Amino acid sequence: MENIYTEDNNKTVLVKAKPETIQFLLSYSKSLEIIESNGLQFESNLN
Amino acid sequence: MVVQIEDSQLVKQYIQGDERAIEALINRHNSRLTGFIYSKVGDRELTEDIFQDTFMKVIRTLKKGAYNEEGKFLPWVMRIAHNLVIDHFRKHNRMPMYNSKESYNIFSLLGDDKLNAEKQLIKEQIDSDLLKMIKELPEDQQEVLEMRIYKDMSFKEISDNTGVSINTALGRMRYALINLRKLVEANSIVLTN
Repeated sequence: MENIYTEDNNKTVLVKAKPETIQFLLSYSKSLEIIESNGLQFESNLN
Repeated sequence: MVVQIEDSQLVKQYIQGDERAIEALINRHNSRLTGFIYSKVGDRELTEDIFQDTFMKVIRTLKKGAYNEEGKFLPWVMRIAHNLVIDHFRKHNRMPMYNSKESYNIFSLLGDDKLNAEKQLIKEQIDSDLLKMIKELPEDQQEVLEMRIYKDMSFKEISDNTGVSINTALGRMRYALINLRKLVEANSIVLTN
């Protein structure tokens, strides 16, 4: 008898955040600069 | 033999400007943190968003030099994620969205699953009683219980963080629970809502 295979999209288990998310975070980290002036901190994003 | 650099060491290196250190930290805790967030929100896209926001906050805090929990990096990150999950639910709880095209009962949208004032009071009393009893426990048992129950850490992570073996951590947890039960009995406290 013929076997019927169906694809279950919900079977994929989310184990890790996507590589794009990691890449975004790494770029964010590289571009973020904290500038201190007169005891105050300012965030500056170089992108 | 592979030597794994401690989280605290990676944090130090990152603060000193080594960008590879944050990559190592993110990759090391990716799976654990993703699983933790997904277990709370049950949505993949949202998990991804909260994961991203969590690490953006981590990066900002570390770069500002405002991090002071050396040695306890993962619990700190988990706490940030937990707070972001709570923020999300606070923002969206009052706006239930229905995507299903099937007919539904409009009154199911109007239900309020929050505790009523009386139950809220009882819950607060129970939380407060429990906290007092936890503080009665020996410090080592308190520490393991807090990491396991409140910070949702595995016994392997507890072992890594406290420097004791997994078996010792398991033993401390067991004694913490036994002692808590004794305290509940001794103080005739009812821990049900």
